[in-house]
Amino acid sequence: MSQSILIDGIEVPFKSNQTIMDAALAANIYIPHLCHNPCIKPHGSCKLCTVEVNGHTTSSCTTKAEDGQKVINNSEKLNKARLTITQMLFIEGNHLCPTCEKTGNCTLQAVAYHLGMLDGHFPQFYPKREVDASHPSIMLDRDRCILCELCVRASREFDKKDVFAIAGRGDNAHLIVNSPSGKLRDSDIEQNDLAAHICPVGAILIKERGYEIPIGCRTFDLRSVTEIDLGDVKLSEKSSHHE
Amino acid sequence: MEKETKNSNLRRVAIDPVTRVEGHGKITLLLDENNRVQEARLHIVEFRGFEKFIQGRPYWEVPFFVQRLCGICPVSHHLAAAKAIDQIVGVEQLTPTAEKLRRLLHFGQVLQSHALHFFHLSSPDLLFGFGSNLAHRNIIGVIEDYPDLALKGVKLRKYGQQIIKAISGKRIHGTAAIAGGMNKALAAEERNELLADINEVLVWSQDAVTLNEKIHVTHAENHNFAAIGSHFLSMVDDQGALELYHGGLRAKSVTGETIFDQFDYRGYQKIIREEVRPWSYMKFPFLTELGKEKGWYRVGPLARVNSCDYISTPLAEEARQRFKAFADGGFVQDTLAYHWARMIEVLHCAESIHDLLNDPDIYGTDLTVKSDEKRSEGIGVIEAPRGTLFHHYIVNDEGLIEKANLIVSTTSNNQAMNESVRAVADAYIDGHEITEGLLNHLEIAVRAYDPCLSCATHALGKMPLKIELVDASGQQVDRLFKHSDGTIER
Repeated sequence: MSQSILIDGIEVPFKSNQTIMDAALAANIYIPHLCHNPCIKPHGSCKLCTVEVNGHTTSSCTTKAEDGQKVINNSEKLNKARLTITQMLFIEGNHLCPTCEKTGNCTLQAVAYHLGMLDGHFPQFYPKREVDASHPSIMLDRDRCILCELCVRASREFDKKDVFAIAGRGDNAHLIVNSPSGKLRDSDIEQNDLAAHICPVGAILIKERGYEIPIGCRTFDLRSVTEIDLGDVKLSEKSSHHE
Repeated sequence: MEKETKNSNLRRVAIDPVTRVEGHGKITLLLDENNRVQEARLHIVEFRGFEKFIQGRPYWEVPFFVQRLCGICPVSHHLAAAKAIDQIVGVEQLTPTAEKLRRLLHFGQVLQSHALHFFHLSSPDLLFGFGSNLAHRNIIGVIEDYPDLALKGVKLRKYGQQIIKAISGKRIHGTAAIAGGMNKALAAEERNELLADINEVLVWSQDAVTLNEKIHVTHAENHNFAAIGSHFLSMVDDQGALELYHGGLRAKSVTGETIFDQFDYRGYQKIIREEVRPWSYMKFPFLTELGKEKGWYRVGPLARVNSCDYISTPLAEEARQRFKAFADGGFVQDTLAYHWARMIEVLHCAESIHDLLNDPDIYGTDLTVKSDEKRSEGIGVIEAPRGTLFHHYIVNDEGLIEKANLIVSTTSNNQAMNESVRAVADAYIDGHEITEGLLNHLEIAVRAYDPCLSCATHALGKMPLKIELVDASGQQVDRLFKHSDGTIER
């Protein structure tokens, strides 16, 4: 017997064990998100995918779809909250979009455009964060890290290496490298690992590549974030990097 | 007249900000009770500090980072940095297509910057008069009185920006030059669109030269305005021709003798040093051989057109010959002749763009060169619209910038602009009742150099600092002096 949920009044079928996010993506319904990737177990940390389910707010990426759920996704109230969350992500780090190699390929930037973000609203934190360029082919620029843990989970679940972790709490939360020196060069990460390519914001990048893709040809120059089928894009990105 | 004074009876007059220039600066005069000028200075009051905060960033990011120095000439910074980064990745020679695309990009940049400067910023002074009605002495006034001329100016600039957009993706702050080449070929439709307008651009550029030549030659009072005798520094190609993208450095003395020629710019630290003074964020470069008192020099269109042996494009070369004939074959030292020289360069850019758009190499798709060699240092030099521009980077083993040194074109003109301000203060202000029109004369002197003050202020932590503690009666209680090398003296 088929089961379905209602997302903004649209009937969406789902299979057992699917989350609301899974069902929405399968039905081409966009729920803003940053820490979710279909290749990796959901985490529910960025809170951008918060929806209202039967009157209660919850992360759609970690909430199982249940028959008959009434889900509100694209409402003014939720999008306003998502905008605020996105603004906080920007001001908590050092996101210099104009000079960032990831610009145009950055999901945080694309989500900000989608939500109509025009400024950071809050005072900038300007945190002092360490760049780790010790690895011969991979660079970690913590200025851009939004603590989504995609790299942590990709390394653990997909690459089977456990290279990254989050240490500290609150303002002090930061991405660390599980190596004796704490440096990438002493970890076992390799250029072909998914963890080296999954970062949505350019905190982890392949070294010595700068702006090889011209303006107008980058991911979100060609398609809006709402059009992106995440799993398709992420896997194709990985396969192109593997070539 | 630059002397510091303790005389508290002096009256201070400030032009703050200097208008119709890029960036923020001010001119100060100290006048005695008889309106005699005791001190005249151009201060650069904004601070950018790129040399400092580029430290710790990866080298491959640099061409995109440093172009944010400026919204008028970002391409110059982009290309100077890219040339330095080419050296870091061990690339000595680009593919023909990549080099020609960079040249085309640069010609578009110089064209639009020069057009902006003359038509939007300086033409009101030259067309209406230095002391003319203030309310009308601006680009809106030019549009009202000379609509055809103003429209040509706007279109010339637009054309330069269209070239930049075609190659770099955006009119301002695009991406184009990457380590060892370029990131995008020029599409046939982009090239055809540019070709469609180039003949008109050539005509407008010739008109701009004719107009500026006429203004300068027929206004005898302009010849000695803010006039100073200076040495000139510029780049020339290996045949001695005017060169904007790549060549050797040439310095000519005020009397026309060669100080050095075809100098490999990677050794620039041997020939140029920089002084820091406590009252400006902008450094004062000088030719090492001549010392800091006598070694200051001028860069930019006046230096380039004066110093080169010839210009490779025929119309601009004809214009250069008329320019040289004005000084009987010697150097034109007239500060206001910067405008004339600038338009000769506009014409050269237009002719060069025409040639490059008709060059089959410009369609090529072979855009990058790879090398296994890595170097820890790169020095890129280019002739930016305002003059010779130096970008010098040292990277560590991880590829991060350890040290950056930028000698921006306007910085090289720092002493000269101050000298010109003093010359005008001496000639027009000294002993006179000050009016807005007279003060505009000081701004006109600065404007002639087309300074980009925002580009040129990076002396973080190097500026000498003097602190004086004074009690209520004006008596000095304590004094501390920090020298530019960091040492502190009480």
